[in-house]
Amino acid sequence: MDFELMINSFPRLLSATIITLKLLSMSLFFGLFIGLFFAVMRMSKNIIINKFAYGYSYVFRGTPLLVQIFIIYFGFGQIEFIRNSILWVILKEPYWCAIIAFALNTGAYTSEILRSAFQTIKKGYIEAGKSLGISSKIIFYKIQIPIAIKQSLPAYGNEIILMLKGTSLASTVTLMDLTGVAKYIISTTFKPIEVFIVAGSIYLFMTFLIHNLIKFLERRYNY
Amino acid sequence: MELLAFGKTGWGDELFYATLMTIAVSITAMLIGFFFALIFTPLKLSKHKLLNLIGNSYTTVIRGVPELLVIYLFFFGGSGAIMFVASMFGYYDYIEINAFITGSFAIGIISGAYSTEVFRGAIQSIDKGQFEAAKALGIKKHIQFYKIILPQMLRLAIPNLSNVWQITLKDTSLISVTGLVEIMRQSYVAAGSTRDPLFFYSFAAVLYLLLTFLSMKLINRLETKYSKGF
Amino acid sequence: MNIFKKTIISVLASLFIIGNVYADKIKIGTEGAYPPWNSKDASGKLIGFEVELAWTLCRYIGQQCEIVEQDWDGMIPALLMRKFDVIMAGMSITDERLKVINFSQGYADEVASLAVMKGSSLEGMNTPEGINLTLGGSSVKKALKTIESALAGKTVCVQTATIHQNFLESGDVGSVNVRTYKTQDEVNLDLASGRCDVALAAAVAFTDYAEKSGKPVVLVGPTFSGGAFGNGVGVGIRKGGSGAIGERDAKLLNDFNKAINLARKNGDISRIATKWFGFDASM
Repeated sequence: MDFELMINSFPRLLSATIITLKLLSMSLFFGLFIGLFFAVMRMSKNIIINKFAYGYSYVFRGTPLLVQIFIIYFGFGQIEFIRNSILWVILKEPYWCAIIAFALNTGAYTSEILRSAFQTIKKGYIEAGKSLGISSKIIFYKIQIPIAIKQSLPAYGNEIILMLKGTSLASTVTLMDLTGVAKYIISTTFKPIEVFIVAGSIYLFMTFLIHNLIKFLERRYNY
Repeated sequence: MELLAFGKTGWGDELFYATLMTIAVSITAMLIGFFFALIFTPLKLSKHKLLNLIGNSYTTVIRGVPELLVIYLFFFGGSGAIMFVASMFGYYDYIEINAFITGSFAIGIISGAYSTEVFRGAIQSIDKGQFEAAKALGIKKHIQFYKIILPQMLRLAIPNLSNVWQITLKDTSLISVTGLVEIMRQSYVAAGSTRDPLFFYSFAAVLYLLLTFLSMKLINRLETKYSKGF
Repeated sequence: MNIFKKTIISVLASLFIIGNVYADKIKIGTEGAYPPWNSKDASGKLIGFEVELAWTLCRYIGQQCEIVEQDWDGMIPALLMRKFDVIMAGMSITDERLKVINFSQGYADEVASLAVMKGSSLEGMNTPEGINLTLGGSSVKKALKTIESALAGKTVCVQTATIHQNFLESGDVGSVNVRTYKTQDEVNLDLASGRCDVALAAAVAFTDYAEKSGKPVVLVGPTFSGGAFGNGVGVGIRKGGSGAIGERDAKLLNDFNKAINLARKNGDISRIATKWFGFDASM
């Protein structure tokens, strides 16, 4: 074990963690909207809309994230039509390709989490709201959404951790996130175990923080 | 379509064998995972502080670190660790582990952490009264486990184990570092060689979807079979 | 219960002890994604200059060989972890690598070059045809200055952990916006897609790509050699340690040096190089 290398690589890995956290927060932000959008579609009585949303979540949950990110980055980059369109401004950047892949992926899982949360809301709440003459729009935003958020917190917490781990794949499309920098250090020192142990510990620490943050929120929203 | 031709000109047969490899690694990894789960579930449930800590550390660390890092660490550190253990027994030569075993173990360790959580949850949800009833009837502890707990646990665990299976199947896409030619590595090689990544990665996605779809069908059938009689 | 235990033990035993330790086979690690040095054909077979040369050298050594695929970014760590015995993967002999592994004498040399897509502003850069960083001199300095200003603000793509990356990060051409890829194939794809403004690699890697893909990739600026670009491509071998394992590594180095001498004398290296590169890259 080369402890000196472990200590020396720590600050470099720590500064790369900022990119990892940026990727994570951006993906979760967009993923939440995508998830909500598709969860609502899943509850639609229109069979086409419903099936479409189901298909989306099935495809993104049934294929590895690595395949998804490769299709978006290397695959779409080959299509002349996309390269000549306005989309290329975004797809040209590895950073945005990674975020698109992550957001679509986490969106699929989030839509499932939210859907099951919506479905477990007791009908009584909605009926109570209706009998008080509250419009269904307000019932949705003020009653259904808050309850759904509370119910889905534990599962969503797990999803955040899965996504944090998923961001390590950003290194496969040239991004210098925590894993990317770890690989870079290894390419000059040829000592993978030491560097990956340090990087792994940083990931583990972040998982620990997220885990406890969710626990804290759960307790707070437990009326 | 000629890209998918079988034989010397296309990648059809290579991708076919790669798919078989993905299935083989996934199943082996899942079984290795069960083996780990059998060791670590009792530890996690143990009231003994140290044993409990060991059980918890396993699931926390493996589920808290990116799969890619776990695989890299196992790939580069695995044979070193085994040689270290062997050297304690006075064996100093180099021990070689083949790529299939390395890959299956790397994924198996990850899969095992998720299986452990599933088993733990299943055991904890078994009614406490049953343990007491068995005790009152004077049934021995290990018979109690094999005849009463295990069958119920399996039934409760199957739905969640199907999730673990999906995770395991998808994680095999990350083991190309071990040099094992599964779907992802073969697609990567084909994409590089033909310069047509869109086609091959999309095709890889279709293969994975097909595998998840078929295995879910199979698991659902198992589920209905095992929930009979309850 | 006893049978149960026995089964588990025997299964475990059969899982771990795999592969005969120290078979007489020499295991050669290569990447399989760096044409024309080493790559794969549509039947999944490893091909290329080094694959053919490896078989030739093994014949001279008189031992059986097995070629093992390994991702480039894990090549040296995998050698050190004894996943294979030697590296033949277009790996240049550099001081940095010599700190951790040994190299046989060089068997081939390649010049590096920048490449762009046709129509790029970098075309027609005014530099000498080739520069040797070891020789140095005022013309080299002037050429590096020209390159530095040409690369300013551009995204320059290279394969990770290569001499090309080392050069770009050495400061010889100022501070460059470098983007690293796992394979040269990926660099080529992104050069063609326009994500990379310019790329740096072995000149043959670009000409091979341009020829096979039909994409208008053109070489610009001088060809590079010497300095960060190393001293030719050799066989990477572990530094011999103590004990039987160390002796075997020392013997491998000796065997490969002798085999390369023979192959050179008999014209094998030139012949194979000409076949794959289109010119004699042997050394």
